[in-house]
Amino acid sequence: MTENAPVAEEPDEKRTWWLDRKENVTKILRALYGVCAVLLLADLVVDRHPETQIEAIPFYYGIYGFVGSVILVMTAKLMRKFLMRREDYYDD
Amino acid sequence: MIEFPPGLLLIFGALLVPVLHGPLRAAWMLALPIAGFVLVYMLPEGDLMMVSAFGQELELLRVDRLSRVFGYIFMIASLLGVIYALHVRAAGEQAAALVYAGAAIGAVFAGDLVTLFVYWELTAIASVFLILARRTPEARAAAMRYLIVQVGSGVLLLAGLIVRWHETGSVAFDNIGLDGAGGLLIFLAFGIKCAFPLLHNWLQDSYPQATVTGTVILSAFTTKLAIYALARGYAGTEELIWIGAAMAAFPIFFALIENDMRRVLAYSLNNQLGFMVVGIGIGTELALNGAAAHAFSHIIYKALLFMSVGAVLHRTGTALGTNLGGLYKSMPFTTVFCIVGAASISVFPLFSGFVSKSMILAAVVDEGYIAVWLVLLFASAGVLHYSGIKIPYFTFFAHDSGKRVKEAPWNMLVAMAIAAALCIGIGVYPSALYNILPFPVDFNPYTNSHVLTQLQLLLFSALAFTVLIRSGIYPLQMRTINLDTDWFYRRLARFVRNVAYPLGSSTYTGLRRAAVRRAERFVYQLYRHHGPQGALARSWPTGSMVMWVAVLLGGYLLLYFIQ
Repeated sequence: MTENAPVAEEPDEKRTWWLDRKENVTKILRALYGVCAVLLLADLVVDRHPETQIEAIPFYYGIYGFVGSVILVMTAKLMRKFLMRREDYYDD
Repeated sequence: MIEFPPGLLLIFGALLVPVLHGPLRAAWMLALPIAGFVLVYMLPEGDLMMVSAFGQELELLRVDRLSRVFGYIFMIASLLGVIYALHVRAAGEQAAALVYAGAAIGAVFAGDLVTLFVYWELTAIASVFLILARRTPEARAAAMRYLIVQVGSGVLLLAGLIVRWHETGSVAFDNIGLDGAGGLLIFLAFGIKCAFPLLHNWLQDSYPQATVTGTVILSAFTTKLAIYALARGYAGTEELIWIGAAMAAFPIFFALIENDMRRVLAYSLNNQLGFMVVGIGIGTELALNGAAAHAFSHIIYKALLFMSVGAVLHRTGTALGTNLGGLYKSMPFTTVFCIVGAASISVFPLFSGFVSKSMILAAVVDEGYIAVWLVLLFASAGVLHYSGIKIPYFTFFAHDSGKRVKEAPWNMLVAMAIAAALCIGIGVYPSALYNILPFPVDFNPYTNSHVLTQLQLLLFSALAFTVLIRSGIYPLQMRTINLDTDWFYRRLARFVRNVAYPLGSSTYTGLRRAAVRRAERFVYQLYRHHGPQGALARSWPTGSMVMWVAVLLGGYLLLYFIQ
């Protein structure tokens, strides 16, 4: 798989990056939770002009996105049971 | 006014590439798509180049709004591909890329099925060199499988156009429809190139095997040429709505558990095509505008994503998720460009996907296909997971792989910067794109309601990702592969050849031998009784005949008396 020899590792990589610190990751997550909360509140304020009946359900898009994602991930995980093979499956 | 086919400009231009060297070659290769873009812009509408052949009028250069928008984007993609590959020294690969792009552009401006067929096959043959140029045994095998499928699509197109010629007496490339065997064959040919479900796996099999620069070029042309061809020949064909919905949904599951980042992107390409196919199936002006617009923005952000992952492969030597992570530290610019591509494909407001995909979704709701709309909405949430989050997260963030490499070469960064600028430019100023679409546009993506609902869908999907990954439920990246329909020709076919066929053929030989023996015995018996010496073929003397007549008469008398 080597197409280009990787450049030699720089020895002075002792530097900690902003994202390496746990409290900064927590900050990002809090920001995400905050934005989600704001979007829920906005759902009550903004008139969404639902064109279909199903859209009229409060918080419809948020619920659909969250539940849909969980179903997607769980199904894909389940599919691994049937479809996953070793990397060299086709090689012999 | 110059009325020259823009596709031929690139194809003939490519012939000079091996002759030129160094900066001159670079300048020539940059000039070709730029000149091509200007040419596409200058061409007047109409049938500009008619040739008579086989008693048919062939239209080599048909320019209308639909072909022009695809002409523009193909020229832009060629330019991006050329810049991204400026560091490549292999003249053959560079020339093949230009011929391939030129063939796709030629096909877009073809006004009849014969011209389309010629360019269609040329795209197949030129593009296979982009896979072969990787020079690994896996790539060679994948290239052969790719070539067989692509040429097969061309053969179906040829068969279809001949049948259609017989049926209708015309080879014009206009609305074809599914009535008649010719229409069905051509539909199948387009469907293979468009990677319809079950016909899709050549894409995920071959694109990740191509060279770093080759995959970027490949991602732009073949499938979008098929999208163009479907929009031209099968707009409003209802079957496409269902095919497209299936196509948008199923690849996301595979993409989620795939480890090779370029293969993840190939599945994601497949899913994006599904949205366009649904738009073509709906067939209203809004839907067809949406399909064309989505093809336009999709080519740019998909190329951008392939470029960023390609840059990582170029620097680290791997595109496997399990081997990557933490690369934002050494490739910060590539990281930013990748995130722009990810935001565009995930359809965040202010990025290109938002202004194009929403046209298709709006058209689906307008025509009342609520079930399809729900599937597409689910697929949109899925896109965020495997393209929007998975690609940047597992490549540039997540667990630090400890890899410290150089930032991508300058030419790759320039190509990515242009693509990223276009993604944001289209998202912020959509009328630039809307003005070149096939039909007049009366659509505003930036309503309060649309921005809000889209953000809700995306951020709550992101929330689900966060919850799943922090609770350890999210499937880990593993050094494995997943079965797909290529299993049938890579494993089952080999089983048939190595085990079932020899087994079957020995059974067959046994059966045949028994049958032959039986037949021989039958013929022998026939010969024995009826042959020249056979008892039943002997000529009988007159006396015996008289005797038999007497026997019969005697028998008759006997029966008579018994009664």
